[in-house]
Amino acid sequence: MIEAQGLVKRYRSTLAVDNLSFDVRPGTVTGFLGPNGAGKSTTMRMIMGLDRPDAGQVRIGGKRYGELRWPLREVGALLEAKAFHPGRTARAHLTALAASNAIGRERVDEVLAITGIEKAADRRAGKFSLGMSQRLGIAAALLGDPRVLLWDEPANGLDPEGIRWIRNLMKNLAVQGRAVLVASHLISEIANAADELIVIGQGRLLAQTTVARLSARAGSLEEAFFQVTGGVTDYSGSL
Amino acid sequence: MTNATLSHRTAGRTRNRYGFRTVAQMEWRKLRTVRSTWFVVGLFAAGMIGLGVLAMTHEGYAQLPVAERASFDPVHDSIFIGLLPGQLLAGVLGVLTVTSDFSSGMIRATFAAVPSRPLVLAAKAAVLGVIMLAAGEVFTLLAFFAGQAALQAPAPHAALGQPGVLRAVLLAGAYPGLIAMIGLGLGAVIRHAAGAICAVVAIEFLLPLLVAPFGTSVQDDVVRFLPEQIAALSLTVVRPDAPALSPGAAFALLCAYALVALAGGAWALTRRDA
Repeated sequence: MIEAQGLVKRYRSTLAVDNLSFDVRPGTVTGFLGPNGAGKSTTMRMIMGLDRPDAGQVRIGGKRYGELRWPLREVGALLEAKAFHPGRTARAHLTALAASNAIGRERVDEVLAITGIEKAADRRAGKFSLGMSQRLGIAAALLGDPRVLLWDEPANGLDPEGIRWIRNLMKNLAVQGRAVLVASHLISEIANAADELIVIGQGRLLAQTTVARLSARAGSLEEAFFQVTGGVTDYSGSL
Repeated sequence: MTNATLSHRTAGRTRNRYGFRTVAQMEWRKLRTVRSTWFVVGLFAAGMIGLGVLAMTHEGYAQLPVAERASFDPVHDSIFIGLLPGQLLAGVLGVLTVTSDFSSGMIRATFAAVPSRPLVLAAKAAVLGVIMLAAGEVFTLLAFFAGQAALQAPAPHAALGQPGVLRAVLLAGAYPGLIAMIGLGLGAVIRHAAGAICAVVAIEFLLPLLVAPFGTSVQDDVVRFLPEQIAALSLTVVRPDAPALSPGAAFALLCAYALVALAGGAWALTRRDA
């Protein structure tokens, strides 16, 4: 569903993404793991056509992002919390985005209900807590009922109930045959939610495998993750 | 209800791709659901009409030396003063229309929905342009009528039917809309509200001041091409004097400035990462 080939992204002297290739298949939740600064968000922005790769290419269902006819109906992205104007209500934010892809108003009500923020729909989104903002971002990602979902740290700011909700939502979306790529640095979340796994560090692919296979290597996903990413962490502290 | 029917209709058509119309619908919703838009339009109305009336009630035509009475222009005097704050408000609204997307992260949601960035800018320009053109024409007409009503005899009053009067009022009304386009283009290039607003203020107010210390010949060569002086000397005046540009040439030049700013904005949006 998503095929990345030889992606390279350079910011001045730093190489953020270094010859990265991977596949994301439909019908699975694919975890995208890596330490801070590994290049997860940059890669997601390149998939979305927001950042232009210096080399390589990425295709969604065989097409470049810019070739999609109704992008919101093909790809639903949650790239950052609070990617909305703080003065606009949640409903106004969603209705505006929906209009660009000729998505009807009834779908706005649906995604407000799915994400549980219908009671707050007519409040200014700038007053939302981080968890509510995250739900609004997920509502926007679901607007076009897309076949591909790209979520960057979706559990950010959610309470335990919200984390369980989003985990089940991701699994359900995958069961429906969609491709779900979820970036996170919360290993326990990925262990619970994902089937497939892409691990990167310093912009390079360290492993493309399954959660089960990687966990089996070291007893737990967390231990295995540290084995795989050992030596490629940009920032580390000491006791 | 109207909106629901509208989106159903657009979805039901054989349209198979996003396009100018759907993107303009998004930008219209984005612009009208932010309070600052209507705050700016309200201030614009108050400035145009209020300052026009104030200027005309304090005209002092009776005290003018007889020699200067011939150059008294009741059209320019009623509509130009309001354009000074008006051009600032229009430029700022143009800047904010794009920089608020960048500061909030909304720009990435927008480009995710509509990957064609020049199309997004074109839709913003169309929506903002229509609003500011409509507001500019209505408020300028109101400032003209209110100004004439406030003007005391024996000063000569202007009427729309007199030669050049309707032209001056209409071109003056179009001026803020074109300045908004310049603001939009600058916002797309600079991306930060503070920097882009500085650029707008520099173009509108600082450039005319910088030229002032140079001799009149330099002023004649340069000043008539500056946007604010185009409004002051050509657009709002019933009978422009040389070396001011003719109203038609001045208006065409202003349109060219707006197009250059928008083209630069589209180029910058396309070339740089969001």
